[in-house]
Amino acid sequence: MSSVTLNNIVKRFGSFTAVHRTDLEIPEGAFLTLLGPSGCGKTTNLRMIAGLLDPTEGEILIGGRRVNDVPIHKRNLGIVFQNYALFPHKTVAENIAFGLKYRDVPSGDIPGKVQAALDLVQLPDVGHRYPKELSGGQQQRIALARAIVIEPDVLLLDEPLSALDANLREDMRVELKRIQDQIGVTTVFVTHDQSEALAMSDQIVVMSAGRIEQVGAPQEVYNNPASEFVANFLGASNVFPAECLEAGPSGAVLQTALFGKVPLPVEKSMRVAGAGPAKLVLRAEKLQVMKAGATPEGMITAPATVETVDYQGQTVRYFVRVGDTQLQAINMIDGYPFSKGSAVTVAFRPRDGSALAGR
Amino acid sequence: MAERATSLGWQVIRGYAVLVYIFMFLPVMVVVLLSFNASQFGSFPMTGFSFRWFIELWENEAILRAFRTSVILGLLTAAISTTLGVLASLALVRYRVPGANMISTILIAPILVPEVVLAVALLLFLNFLGVNKSFTLLLFGHVIFTLPFVILVVQARLISIRRDVEEAAMSLGASPVQTFFQITLPLMLPAVLAGALFAFTISFDDITGTLFWKPGGVETVPTQIFAMLRNSISPEINALGTVMIVMTVGLPLLGAAIARQISKKSGL
Ligand SMILES: Nc1ncnc2c1ncn2[C@@H]1O[C@H](COP(=O)(O)OP(=O)(O)OP(=O)(O)O)[C@@H](O)[C@H]1O
Ligand SMILES: [Mg+2]
Repeated sequence: MSSVTLNNIVKRFGSFTAVHRTDLEIPEGAFLTLLGPSGCGKTTNLRMIAGLLDPTEGEILIGGRRVNDVPIHKRNLGIVFQNYALFPHKTVAENIAFGLKYRDVPSGDIPGKVQAALDLVQLPDVGHRYPKELSGGQQQRIALARAIVIEPDVLLLDEPLSALDANLREDMRVELKRIQDQIGVTTVFVTHDQSEALAMSDQIVVMSAGRIEQVGAPQEVYNNPASEFVANFLGASNVFPAECLEAGPSGAVLQTALFGKVPLPVEKSMRVAGAGPAKLVLRAEKLQVMKAGATPEGMITAPATVETVDYQGQTVRYFVRVGDTQLQAINMIDGYPFSKGSAVTVAFRPRDGSALAGR
Repeated sequence: MAERATSLGWQVIRGYAVLVYIFMFLPVMVVVLLSFNASQFGSFPMTGFSFRWFIELWENEAILRAFRTSVILGLLTAAISTTLGVLASLALVRYRVPGANMISTILIAPILVPEVVLAVALLLFLNFLGVNKSFTLLLFGHVIFTLPFVILVVQARLISIRRDVEEAAMSLGASPVQTFFQITLPLMLPAVLAGALFAFTISFDDITGTLFWKPGGVETVPTQIFAMLRNSISPEINALGTVMIVMTVGLPLLGAAIARQISKKSGL
């Protein structure tokens, strides 16, 4: 178990910069997720930590030790690949034992360790089978067992669940988190699935186009996005222009065209320094659609018209028009949703909004 | 084949194909049949079944020597070609070699160039260098034109071996060399065996290049047959032909069976 540090890392492929100057500190034992859209450099970062790619600039430290010049086979990492990458010509037990052969494990101890790893991933009886005789989910568990049996300093996972179907993916997500908790290994997890990231991580690193947009706990990243990109990447958000009238230790007040004055608590307005242009971010789940004329206690309201209804059973997604702006609202529903064209009131609690600086 | 008209067309094509096969394989069958003929004259009707000509082959010193030469030449060609082919394929597929495309084209080119041209060119080149014909030269020639087959087969296989399997092995602590012997080589073994068999049979079978390159006094089985044919058509030649057919058809079949067995076991 070790911390991982990226200092001033830059990665260029020819003239293309895949990772712009990046600093990142992954504390010992943390479960950190690199989240971002396709091509934003998640895999590139992971492969640099693994030693499968050399950074163009900067240094990588594992457990405080600089590893730039340490080849992958001497870094003591567990890697789980998207397509499992099991050795097809070896049995499951041989796959798991593979890494132990290169360590000072007495050969008599190997079967016991292999069995313990199989038990940990809850597949105690498949040791004699070949990988092709297992389902995708089982193969991925074996890949995980193979990576952790060597007691790696860091566990690296590159979209390990994306080859699985939706139900299995959710089961595996819980399973993976349980195992990580149990062994407490520092883990770097790559995904472009926001719900995976929110469910599993201690820390989420949101990336876009080779840059880190925000680092924070899931709740932090979700509730208080650092940029419009983050707000929209983690679920749906409404972002609209505002004017910050005042900002200080007691919070900020934003003036908006659609909702008038919106007072924000201090933890939601840290990103604005003082009076000036700003943006108000409002998550689609926080915008309530109500019947016209409602005046709910403690909420800011505006009249609106329903333009699109996207019914999803338990929830419904509305596109509503307020003035000449279209807003998105995702609400739980009980019974029937409002129909298209109805006049409604939209409302939100001021503390559910958050502020961004700038235009 | 749903309609009558096309069905007739197919009948004609099928009939034609059968004729072509008969034309190609009938002589081979005749040779095999006649090699068991008891009569002195290699012609029909057969007068009885006998192994006489095979026994005579066995007692013919020149033929045995040629056979030994061919086998040694084939084995050496296979060993060298396969080793070089595996290394070249690794370099071309796994490492970014500058000019990989051109190197690949040059290595494959001997398949495209007519063998006579290749044979003459190599001979002239070596004359120019002042090198005499020798067994080594012959071996060199065989390696050059069996190499492309090995490379094509091994490369195709190597491309299908996922890089992340090797990366997984390295992440678990295997050095690149250990990874090659533990993972890559076993996974490409069927292709390596196939390449080696190809190289052996092509070498064993070759006559054009061999005629140009062989030093005086050295004969391989094909050149020996060629030489014997110039004197007379002895039934021994039929027997020798049969042996050749068994080797050049049987070995690849055997190889394919072994390769399939390996693949089945490794679950690929
Ligand atoms: N070997 C390479 N040569 C050139 N460009 C590369 C190379 N590897 C990656 N890139 C580029 O670097 C950028 C980041 O790639 P990376 O694989 O890290 O993306 P990612 O965030 O993992 O995306 P995905 O979610 O699709 O896996 C991409 O634009 C990609 O095209
Ligand atoms: Mg990726």
